[in-house]
Amino acid sequence: MGKLLVNDKQVVVPGEIIAEGMDFIPTAGTYRDKEQVIASKLGLVNIDGRLIKLIPLTGKYMPKKGDTVIGKVIDITLNGWRLDINSAYSAMLILKDATSQFIARGADLTRYFSFGDCLVATIINVTSQNLVDLTMKGPGLRKLPEGRIITVSPSKVPRIIGKQGSMVSMIKDATGCRITVGQNGVIWLQGEPRSEMVAVETIRKIEAEAHIQGLTERIQKYLEKKKESKENGLQEKA
Amino acid sequence: MVYKKRLDGRKFDETRKIEAKTGVIPRADGSAMFRIGQTLAYAAVYGPRELHPKFLQDPAKGVLRCKYNMMPFSGAGDRVRPGTSRRSKEISMVTEKALLPSVELEDFPNAVVDVFIELPQTDSGTRCAGICAASMALADAGIVMKDLVSAVAVGKVDDKVLVDMTYDEESYDGEVADIPVAMMPRTEQITLLQMDGEITKEGLMEALELAKKALKKIYEVQKNAIKQKYELK
Amino acid sequence: MNERKQHIMKFLDSGMRFDSRKTDEYRSIVVDESPNKNAEGFARVKIGETDVMVGVKLAIDKPYPDKPNEGTMMVGAELSPLASPEFESGPPGNEAVELARVVDRGIRESNSIDQKKLCIEEGEKCWLVFVDIAPLNDDGNLFDAAALAAAVALKNARFPKVEDGKVNYKELTEKKLPLSKLPVSVTVHKLGNHLLVDPTPEEEEAADARLTVAVIDGKLCAMQKGGEEAITTEETEKMVDLAIRKSKELLKYI
Repeated sequence: MGKLLVNDKQVVVPGEIIAEGMDFIPTAGTYRDKEQVIASKLGLVNIDGRLIKLIPLTGKYMPKKGDTVIGKVIDITLNGWRLDINSAYSAMLILKDATSQFIARGADLTRYFSFGDCLVATIINVTSQNLVDLTMKGPGLRKLPEGRIITVSPSKVPRIIGKQGSMVSMIKDATGCRITVGQNGVIWLQGEPRSEMVAVETIRKIEAEAHIQGLTERIQKYLEKKKESKENGLQEKA
Repeated sequence: MVYKKRLDGRKFDETRKIEAKTGVIPRADGSAMFRIGQTLAYAAVYGPRELHPKFLQDPAKGVLRCKYNMMPFSGAGDRVRPGTSRRSKEISMVTEKALLPSVELEDFPNAVVDVFIELPQTDSGTRCAGICAASMALADAGIVMKDLVSAVAVGKVDDKVLVDMTYDEESYDGEVADIPVAMMPRTEQITLLQMDGEITKEGLMEALELAKKALKKIYEVQKNAIKQKYELK
Repeated sequence: MNERKQHIMKFLDSGMRFDSRKTDEYRSIVVDESPNKNAEGFARVKIGETDVMVGVKLAIDKPYPDKPNEGTMMVGAELSPLASPEFESGPPGNEAVELARVVDRGIRESNSIDQKKLCIEEGEKCWLVFVDIAPLNDDGNLFDAAALAAAVALKNARFPKVEDGKVNYKELTEKKLPLSKLPVSVTVHKLGNHLLVDPTPEEEEAADARLTVAVIDGKLCAMQKGGEEAITTEETEKMVDLAIRKSKELLKYI
């Protein structure tokens, strides 16, 4: 027989004892020490039957194969471009994965992507030493045009995107902004200045309140309120 | 000699007033403030991030790097000359050793977790305050850890074993021992143990028991401070 | 011009910045004058999330041979890597030195401190005023935050007791530094045709040039131009006008 010492969805710190008993199975973010299941990160406890998992509240992005990320070009080598992907490690985009065009050796690579350019790319491989390889060949993968870049905690990305993109679509519809969300917590936005402000504020609000119940309704109300005050503002001017 | 009453009136097993908060340095990946009496420490964690120069990298796991520094206006007497001193180098090193057993960096080969500790105001117990702040900052940054690390200086003044000495007590005219201790609270494993002064083995064991009690209380403060950021407003 | 900068410019053309401020608007300014137990003078200033501490320490030393009846002042800055991922460990780099010297220049050239009154014994003893700048968080505009904190720290600094010619730091007297008005520092950044105050790190990076102006009584007492691009005379005049105008607002924090 086991005993739970904390409730589901409770915040725990590393070293905090979540449960006692051999029945429980520690998974992501937790570990077992004899009878005890213990948190190994700052996070939210998630109890699913006998499985105990920790949902991290914070922490750097861990590159995963298949993730689509937004990276910034920080170096150009003979073989391609090195990108900062807001992670512990930088990522490499080599010539042959950058574009379907043929790039001759010794060509001026800045003609394609230059320092400071922000690119949407997909991770094709992560080695055991955490070397990351990217590709730009794929639908939607491109150099980002004029716009604003913000970073959020990667652990909040799923809430910002929402189920099947429902949350980010709601923000796009309400503000008329173009928004691209990278799995690595880097977000690109482009819109009319006032609307773009609302989109950014909404994302920050989601980031701050992601772990509190009823997020979707709160965000809906928030966006409606902002739309109203914008319309009222315009009416007053007219 | 007999040390009857503490200079500031505290009980012998009583620490000074403690205050702690996380998220105080927004640009860092994790940060914390820890204050005990008049000793104030700020810690910021950056990482895991790429480690340069390459020769410092460890292909087996991530590296933990700590730097302790006192601000020029932090000391009780003369201005503290900026830059590293032998003392600050030593404290940086023991801080690193005090935190290392608590962190798990196997998933981050060739990377570094940088911990910076700055003290704007000091009144004894600085390395312990720094370790407390650093441990909170590491958790705040989402680093994988076995446990937090709590630290406090215990010691002896004449015939009394006591907790959290002030600068005046350390310089007391009598037999003084200053013992900084750091521990991972859940398992009570000691990760920092230093001593300056004179004490018997029995005195030391008595002091360590006192330390354990005080550290349990300090741990609660650290834990609540880390969680507070996520409480419903 | 890269895409990020283009977007900043587009916003500025609409009269807005990314955080919805106007170009001549400062973020919220908070001045914390709670004393530091060990510093003779201290202040902590927050402008937005930029957080800077400045401490004043006083010591007795020999005056400079060419100024035997004056005290001395030294301003230092340490950009600890605690405050930003851009700062590195080690001795002060160009950025730290520039910050210290710009703040120093403002205070020194405004003659805010009556150096002659810091003389204790001509040619032998004088007061040495150390002003040390320590940022805790760099979210842009360190220049103005540091200058403001330095002014407040000097304003509330008190002499320690002197016993038998030696300083007793444990006891502070009620006597303050011999100060007249203190200068206010405003840094104006130029981005294309736009001039802004109180930049974020993004805006600082995108800026073409900047001008830090120290103002006292509506007059200029120190200036420093930075940035890679040149500025025209007309632009200089506009930047100075903006600095003088904003300095009046900042004055109330000292």
